[in-house]
Order: sequence, then structure tokens, then C-alpha cells
Amino acid sequence: MAIATTWRTKRQRYSLEGEVCPTCHQAIFPPRDVCPHCSEPAGPVHTLSGRGEVYSFTTMYNVPRGFEEHRPYTVALVKLDEGPLVTAQLTDVNEQEVQIGMRVEMVTRKLREEGSEGQIIYGYKFRPLLQQSA
Amino acid sequence: MRSVSIVGIGQSPVGELWDRSLRHIAYDAIAAAMQDAGIETADALFLGNMLSGALLDQEHLATLVADFCGLRGIEAAKVEAACASGAAALRVGIMAVASGLHDVVIVAGVEKMTDTVGKDTTAGLATAADAEYEAIHGVSFVGLNALLMQRYMYEFDVPMDAFAGFSINAHRNGVNNPNAMFRRAINEETYRKAPMIATPINMMDSSPVCDGAAALILVPTERARQYTTGHHRGPVQILASASANDTLAIHDRKDPLFLEAAYVSSQKAYLQAGVTPDDIDLFELHDAFTIMAAMSLEATGFARRGEGWRMARDEEIGIQGRLPISTMGGLKSRGHPVGATGVYQVLEVVQQLTGEAGANQVPGARVGMAQNIGGSGATIVTHILGV
Repeated sequence: MAIATTWRTKRQRYSLEGEVCPTCHQAIFPPRDVCPHCSEPAGPVHTLSGRGEVYSFTTMYNVPRGFEEHRPYTVALVKLDEGPLVTAQLTDVNEQEVQIGMRVEMVTRKLREEGSEGQIIYGYKFRPLLQQSA
Repeated sequence: MRSVSIVGIGQSPVGELWDRSLRHIAYDAIAAAMQDAGIETADALFLGNMLSGALLDQEHLATLVADFCGLRGIEAAKVEAACASGAAALRVGIMAVASGLHDVVIVAGVEKMTDTVGKDTTAGLATAADAEYEAIHGVSFVGLNALLMQRYMYEFDVPMDAFAGFSINAHRNGVNNPNAMFRRAINEETYRKAPMIATPINMMDSSPVCDGAAALILVPTERARQYTTGHHRGPVQILASASANDTLAIHDRKDPLFLEAAYVSSQKAYLQAGVTPDDIDLFELHDAFTIMAAMSLEATGFARRGEGWRMARDEEIGIQGRLPISTMGGLKSRGHPVGATGVYQVLEVVQQLTGEAGANQVPGARVGMAQNIGGSGATIVTHILGV
């Protein structure tokens, strides 16, 4: 049970708050103190659009403790339109229909429950891009 | 800097060792290595281990093991670098002997993964990834490798059964290793029928959860011959030891399909040893998953980009092949007790170079390489040994 971690990362988990490097202008997620692209100090807050496409995916049948509720589920690497790759679950999708290159958007969902004395942790997942929000 | 040689080896069987605790299997390996080298004590024990804290509620592990082995008053420390803990511990041992700080060092790796139930072990293994940005999304270690394999198959247009040859080779070699977890051959049908763990990784693409311990005795090369006993042809010299890292998370890599740390650490190692890939007689690579075997072959210079999987055929990677790999079963068949694996790999290179590999002996082996990978390519340690 890591309550402080949940509190500290809420802007990243609830709104994909990253950074943009003031030196090389690349988008960074998750935020860092040093830009991974040019090694200069990383820059001001920059909230990402949450749109992107599936770079890779896997449907997991054996899952770690704490994630049994939704097994099997599909985890993806999502290539955000601004550049960064993000690891996250896909939701609201039939796993048979997932393809590399599929357009997706970020939504907020429950990531896991820790039981009666623990937290309910929320964060980003990605769903197929809805027509009306396209 | 002094040259360093290995003068003793010891190992426990690999498997579900429910009747033995971590301290017992560590003792089995260390006692065997000490007897092999004819020593009764040492200056230090460096112990590779990943999961004792997460799975067994036990840290302060090296002192626990040294105590249990009757090694009091010596230096003892655990070295942790996820699945590369074993090779990372070996590097610490090499640095201690090469620098002149110590003359006789025990390097061991030990892991106990089957005392806990599957999903707890799965959660423990996921601690090798970024807890805040990977593991919180429910991705397991198999899952991370599956993300790489799916993209690899897409980018390089690789068929579903392309990786089967790695597992078939590993199992064929494991049959003749008395310490291997799986001593039975498999074929393409076994591979095709294997259940999925995380698509596209099936049970036969993946190394098993298991227990095991292995140990090596290091001394300065100039004094090595006084330790080698009757059944060894002689000491095995460490020609190169190199480590390199990459981003911890796959999502932070510019090119997730290239093992940059394997490239860097192997290039450093080739330079130190004064060899090229053509000089390597056998390669104990980190086949925790078949995709890792393919990507390792590419990053270390044995295959072109996107073509490592093409080497998974008998004539290329078998004992008689161009580059024998996983010669005693590899991580797939010997088993992958994570923090011990790097030590097992080097121990098996020693067996090959001293002519003690039995039915799996690579003819005329003089130079062997071992590469141990921590995380999904984040820490990669390469050793080259020679006789």
C-alpha cells in the first residue's frame, strides 16, 4: 500500500501530465529531471493530448497478484501523437480486434483494488478512438 | 589490474526444490565449488539474488548464506540487478580480485521462486520493471517481453512458429544436463500446442519459474594452477567482463527492438578480450524468452537486424552448429532461477572449456561467451572466458 505514490503521481495518472524539453522541444512522459533525448534539464509541464496509436500489445492470461479481477486483459505500448510511448491497458475493446496502428484515446479507469484495507487506484487506460470525439 | 581465473565450480540441481530452503541450496553450490578448488575459506562472498526480499521476507542475504556455510569473519554482500544479479555479482568478484583487494573470492547466485504461489512470484518478477509506470498497469514480465515479440513479428514479418527452434534446441541440450529442470526433448508440435501466457508468448517460448544456486571460485590467474584439482584440465581465464545499461522501461527506448545494452556490453567485451564474434566457440545467451534469444544474437553481432530468429535451426545453434547456444539447456530447459542464472551460464562455459560438458561437449571449445540480461534489456552483462 503506497499511498504517497498514488497522491504524488495523480497528475500523471489522471491527466497524462508530462513535460516538453526547453532545449530540444521533445515531449516527455513520464516527467523526468533530465531530458532523455538531449540530457539537458527537462522542462515545463506539458499535458499530452491522450491520442495515439497502438505500437504493440499483448493479451495476458497469467497476471500478477492484485490484477486477477479483469483477467485476461490487454496491455499495450501506445505511441502518443506527441511522440512518447506509454505502457497502459486497453479497455472497451474486443481483444480480437486490437491491431498495431489502431487509433486510441486515453480514458480514466480503475487500475486495481488493494482489498478492504487498501486503496482503489485509478489511472489512464486507452480505448479505441470514438467517432464523435475524433 | 590482475588477470582473474575461475578454479572451482559448484551447482545445485534446478527445479521445484520444495524440500530445500534458500540457505540449503546456496550451501550445496558453495560447498561444491570450494571442494572443487580445494579451499576451506575465502576472503569474500558476493551473492547474486533478486527476489529474497520480495518473496521470502529475507534480506541481509549474503551474510545469512555465509553464516550458514560456516564462513565467518569474511566480507559478504548481496548484489542485485534483477535477472542479471548473478553476472553482476561475478563482476564485483572480478573487480575485487583484479584490483588486489582480495585473493580468493566466492561468487554465487541463488534464487528461491517456488516457495510462493504463482501470482506472487509473477508480481515479484514485475519489480524488475518500473513500478510507477509499467507494473501498476498490470503488465507482467512475460507481458513486457510479449510486447517486444508482437512488434518484432510485425516489423520484420516473422511467422508464428519462427521461434520454436530456440526452445527445441534448449530442450535437446537439457536432456544431457543432470542439473537441468526439464530433461525431455520437445518438437514443433509441442511448441504449437503450448498454451498462451501473454500473446504471442506461449509456455514453450518462456523459461520456467524455479529454484537453484551456482557458485564459482575466483583467484588471480598467476596463482590459479595451485588450486586446480585432478578432474579439471586447468583454470579458465576471464578474458572480458563488461556491463552496460539502458532505460529501465521499454517505453523510454528510442528503438525498443534493439538491445542497445547488449550491443554496448558485448562490444566492450570483444575489445577487452581482443576477439571478434567469429572467435566465439559457444554462447550462453539469455533465452528467458525466445524473443530475447533472437534479439541477443542481433545485438551481439551474430545475426543481422530482424534476422536473429533465422538462426534457430539445428545447423546454426546446435552443439555441432556455427554458434552453439544454450549448450546445457539454457534458461528454457536448465531453468531460470533468476538471480542465479548469470552464475549458471558462466559455470557452463567453464564446463565446456574444460572438456567437462559430457554428451553436450562443443568440440575444441577454447573461447566461450555468457550474457546475462536484467529486466527487459535494461542491464546487460557480458563475460568472455578462455583456455
